[in-house]
Amino acid sequence: MTDADTIERTPTGINGFDQVAIGGLPAGRPTLVTGTTGSGKTIFAGEFLTRGIKRNGQPGVFVTFEEPPEAIRRNFASLGFPIEQWEAEGKWAFVDAAERKDEEAAVIGSYDFGALTSRIEHAVRRIGASRVVLDSLGAVFARFTDTGIVRKETQRLASALNSLGVTSIITAERNSEYDGVSRYNVEEFVVDNVIVLRNVLVGERRRRTVEIVKFRGAPHRTGEWLFTIDPREGFVVIPLAFLGMPSAPASSTRVSSGNPGLDRMCGGGFYRDAVVLLSGPSGSGKTLTSLKFLDAGVAAGERCLGFTFDETREQMRRNAAGWGIDLEGMEEAGQLQVVCDYPEVASLEDYFIRIRRAVVDFEPQRLVIDTLSAMERIATPRALLDLVIALGAVVRERRITTLFTSAPTSRFTPMETPSIARELASLTDVTIALRYFQKAGMIKRTIAVVQNRGSAHDEFVRKVTIDADGMHIGDPAVGLDAMEAADLDAPPMPGVIGDI
Amino acid sequence: MTGYSFRLFVAGESERSSAAEANLRALAGSRLSGGYELEVVDVVARPGLAEELRVLATPTVVRLLPLPQVRVIGDLSDPLRAAFALGLPDEPQEVREKKEEADGDRHHKEAHGD
Repeated sequence: MTDADTIERTPTGINGFDQVAIGGLPAGRPTLVTGTTGSGKTIFAGEFLTRGIKRNGQPGVFVTFEEPPEAIRRNFASLGFPIEQWEAEGKWAFVDAAERKDEEAAVIGSYDFGALTSRIEHAVRRIGASRVVLDSLGAVFARFTDTGIVRKETQRLASALNSLGVTSIITAERNSEYDGVSRYNVEEFVVDNVIVLRNVLVGERRRRTVEIVKFRGAPHRTGEWLFTIDPREGFVVIPLAFLGMPSAPASSTRVSSGNPGLDRMCGGGFYRDAVVLLSGPSGSGKTLTSLKFLDAGVAAGERCLGFTFDETREQMRRNAAGWGIDLEGMEEAGQLQVVCDYPEVASLEDYFIRIRRAVVDFEPQRLVIDTLSAMERIATPRALLDLVIALGAVVRERRITTLFTSAPTSRFTPMETPSIARELASLTDVTIALRYFQKAGMIKRTIAVVQNRGSAHDEFVRKVTIDADGMHIGDPAVGLDAMEAADLDAPPMPGVIGDI
Repeated sequence: MTGYSFRLFVAGESERSSAAEANLRALAGSRLSGGYELEVVDVVARPGLAEELRVLATPTVVRLLPLPQVRVIGDLSDPLRAAFALGLPDEPQEVREKKEEADGDRHHKEAHGD
């Protein structure tokens, strides 16, 4: 047995964080949460208290050095947390240590933080708190300029919190994202447990991450985990927020892909709970296949949700009408919801929340995202992979037949990111590769089912023709020789074809 | 004469607590011939009072009267700066002379409601 097994945890209840922390914060101890301005420290700390009250009925004390209690009440009210009501019910108490202009004090001689400590102890005893937040130390250091005293006193405060047996979060500022843990080096003397929140610009995109730097003696996941601060759901760590759920037993029911030929290739359609990745360069028939997939769902009486990027609703409807699909009518009948968007309007994390919320609200049986590749413009491959993992968990739990499309001419190529590409393919149940090439002045198209988990599938690469009725899958393209194959404009499925 | 009223917050019976109280009494005694009020509050025993006046550090002396409230943090080891910070009047001439003559022999009227 190791020490790790004996360390009790306090679940924070913060979306996804406890999975990163493998259970929660070390119980009965202080944890330092550091980050630059605007990195989400106060939200994290505040949610630690609110979730504790809501989920575990554990009262909490919020010691504020910076924002006045009124501001904190207001901010959390917008997330649906009734702080004022909890104060009245004795579940929440503020220790208001924010400096007011009229209380500025000269410092003459030596001092300690005895009054603060007593006030915190008093508040903890009064409401029987088991969680305490101190937000933030930076404000204390700014106010009491003798850093030596502040350090010593913070250390005493931390040990006072230890003696009280409360699980606490102390927040502190950092000067920069990747340099040192905190301003004033408080982590050196305050605590065994350190969490860093980051808020960085990557390729002109804001990226928020949370990292557990140390949990003395307690196991935790390493590395930076993406998170977002959602106006409705608060702090959400991705993707682990949604992986803890038990997955439903695999479905043996088949549903139509919307293309009889493709259904045959897949052994009679997709499994109801399948996640399908459809890969192909632009113009190979991805959007057509997506539209037919939605059309088939609606025809079977299912609710369908589609996310499409880089196209306006009008363009999308016109395209669909060209194939005899009346998107507008389906939407009016309430069976279909199409979201048209440009990836740049939100971060990847926000998209995840948007998609998940649409899934929860609309309760579809089918979901299409056309294309994942559009989102590569706003994210790193690793982050996109996280998104797919997270979405996979959301749709699997609800047994939603899901079609993701992707363009292989993107960053998901075997050369640049082989492991990511392989991982992406490994996350989906069915992988379909569309491709086209030129032959004798004609465009020739092919389709192949590269992978079909849990089912037999057609091993042939088949010819495809596209006409006004849609896509028709024909005979095996056995005539293709090596030269023609070399003409392919892009590898059909990165990391998959390459492996065969 | 304006009445002076102080509340001194200390944490337990430490050396620092008693130094702060002694320094404050000496200072007030020498400068406030008209008397003053001083209440010493131990925050460990009465945290509610520290909460009420939002005190963080100990010792902290709060001049409650005359208004506006004035605060000084620390054990007041520097009497001149402390007197200035607390807005106390200058030492009366005769007191200063007496002090010079017989250091330690201090007679001051004190009227304080503890």
